[in-house]
Amino acid sequence: MGAKVITITSGKGGVGKTTTTANLGIAFARMGKKVVVIDADVGLRNLDLIMGLENRIVYDLVDVIEGRCQLRQAMIKHKQFAELFLIPSAQTRDKTAVSPADMIQIADKLRPEFDYILIDSPAGIERGFRNAIAPADEVLIVTNPEVSAVRDADRIIGLLEANNKGPGKLILNRVKAEMVRKGEMLSADDVTDILAIKLVGIVPEDETVIPASNSGIPVTLNENSRAGIAFRNIARRLTGEEVPFMQLEETGTFLQRLMRLFTGSQSSE
Amino acid sequence: MSGFFDRLRGRTAGKGSSHAAKERLQFILVHDRINLPPERLQAMKQEILAVISKYVDVDSENVDIALEQRDRDSLIVAEIPFTGGNERDEARRRLASDTRGKTVDNNTDDG
Repeated sequence: MGAKVITITSGKGGVGKTTTTANLGIAFARMGKKVVVIDADVGLRNLDLIMGLENRIVYDLVDVIEGRCQLRQAMIKHKQFAELFLIPSAQTRDKTAVSPADMIQIADKLRPEFDYILIDSPAGIERGFRNAIAPADEVLIVTNPEVSAVRDADRIIGLLEANNKGPGKLILNRVKAEMVRKGEMLSADDVTDILAIKLVGIVPEDETVIPASNSGIPVTLNENSRAGIAFRNIARRLTGEEVPFMQLEETGTFLQRLMRLFTGSQSSE
Repeated sequence: MSGFFDRLRGRTAGKGSSHAAKERLQFILVHDRINLPPERLQAMKQEILAVISKYVDVDSENVDIALEQRDRDSLIVAEIPFTGGNERDEARRRLASDTRGKTVDNNTDDG
């Protein structure tokens, strides 16, 4: 039956869609899966940079759609994983160069040869979003524990339902455990209460993420990164494995940990 | 006890801004989801009441019409009590004055 197509979207920009797509792609590849990641953000190419593949691009998504190259020619092989490929977006075109039918056609061509096809959606709810969800078997909504990001995520969930792609699964990114504990940041429980969809991952705010982007080596490849562990856990959950949510915080002084033990309060997963 | 530790750790139950974030989001998302801003909901309530009042007497002080969420479904839940007209009001007043002194006893017996 072929690959599962998973689209990563958010509504609001800057919440970590591209980082999530890159890391899940690598996490699946580490598990031995055959993976293609597609940058569907036409005009604002970025997934290549996050994955460290920006110097290898010859053809892009729009070249495939407009028949200037074969699909295979636009697929860039990852440096480290022979069965992880990137299809970059076009940098100099706009989103009207791609239609939902084009995306379905490309996904259908790839399905027989792969296990997972990940599509990085652009922000917003316009054409680019509709292109990205058209071929999706499953949709992941990335959000941050902030009012504007949560509201936009809710709007996306509504649109997914209206397009029979819903409700989707939630990834809560950039959670600061310390702020949650102080009651100054929405917790994962708060956000799932509000959005009422299934949570598939909680990614802590982590100082290893930006250096990873800087060097084009996603945190999933860093064994010690907590964000990297969170992304690997999400990939495992998406394959159907039961993986408990990790405690967000192991830091804190001995006294703080003792107090948490004492009061029986949960770490804000 | 845990309140003491919470204070030590800088948290006071329900006082952090995340509580406000959750309440504000829950309120506005109900309206977002059905595309009915709070102002319009207010107008709709008035119209519903006006229609019902054409047929029966409504106890307008105890009307409760609100939007609710069950999972991701939105519904309007309305509690609109009727007044029974003048006769029943009169009967109710009489009953209330008759039983006023016995209320406490009755409750104890029942319970």
